[in-house]
Amino acid sequence: MAVRPNENFLITQLDWLANFVRANSLWPMPFATACCGIELMATASSRYDLARFGSEAIRFSPRQCDLMIVAGRVVMKMVPVMQRIWLQMPEPKWCISMGACASSGGVFDTYAVVQGIDRFIPVDVYVPGCPPRPEQLIRAVLDIQEKVKKKGTLFGREFEERKAPERPRALALELAPQEKIVAPGDYRTATQEWEAN
Amino acid sequence: MDHSSTVAVLRSTLGEEGFRTSQFRDNFRIVVPADRLFDALRALKEQAGFDMLADVTAVDYLHYPNATDRYGVVYCLVNTTTGERVIVKTFVNDPEPRLPSAFPLWKGADWLEREVFDMFGIVFEGHPDLRRILMPEGFASYPLRKDYPLRGRLERHNFPAIARAEG
Repeated sequence: MAVRPNENFLITQLDWLANFVRANSLWPMPFATACCGIELMATASSRYDLARFGSEAIRFSPRQCDLMIVAGRVVMKMVPVMQRIWLQMPEPKWCISMGACASSGGVFDTYAVVQGIDRFIPVDVYVPGCPPRPEQLIRAVLDIQEKVKKKGTLFGREFEERKAPERPRALALELAPQEKIVAPGDYRTATQEWEAN
Repeated sequence: MDHSSTVAVLRSTLGEEGFRTSQFRDNFRIVVPADRLFDALRALKEQAGFDMLADVTAVDYLHYPNATDRYGVVYCLVNTTTGERVIVKTFVNDPEPRLPSAFPLWKGADWLEREVFDMFGIVFEGHPDLRRILMPEGFASYPLRKDYPLRGRLERHNFPAIARAEG
């Protein structure tokens, strides 16, 4: 009687192979809008050499990439562009939010700058820093590799459970609609002080 | 720098009482009423030789101490022959702040006036293409007005979110 390997055995090994291949040749899509983009360039160039980890093939077409690196602040007008670029990338794909601005808006808490890209697209790894050092970005790429190796599947089954938008609590709930703030601080208080003197 | 010939040109155009001047260090400032603005700018260009419009910008004087008008609109002119610079200022008010466009005099006024319109909502009549230049087309507010909240009216979060699993 012949021994038949069950299906799981075969698929698991294919998963391992796919993960091995994918993790070691992540092709980054640089969505660089600000100073983080300069650190991203440094990461890819000879001194820090992202090629040591198989991610040197930076492409400027989203259709050739599987790792989106959002580097820098994203303004309101840029959000539809960012979403379209993300949707144009083929599966499987991952996203790194690089720097304080992409992750949370950073110091730019103004009407035009979105407070974290994870409100609009799914993010896998956040990199803190303003801007992050190239070593931190390399660490993020290694984290993505680890994520792929541990959880990746041949047909991307690990993404299926992420059906709801992974956004923080909406800012609409934190801000009263009529809240009026004029820089720097509360302008009404400043005016009262001025009038008192 | 001597501005007496510039003042003489304005005097012959607007009359003795038609404008005010002041000087702060090397800034020579001329305040003209809004209805005579275009005449003043045209005289400055054609008779006083101010052939370059360096900047158009605006100021919102809401809650400003002792201010009588809501918006000040500022034109910075340069005479490229003599290097003379003047700052022409005028005031407009709500509910419909309007000014004549300087586009017929200086083609460079095109984008400058679009920016002032975009940020302050001041309409420049006679402008060939008065659209928003910085904010998105559908934006409804004028962000540099003082009564506009610093964090906006939630426009920056008015986008659909994309989930990781499609469909």
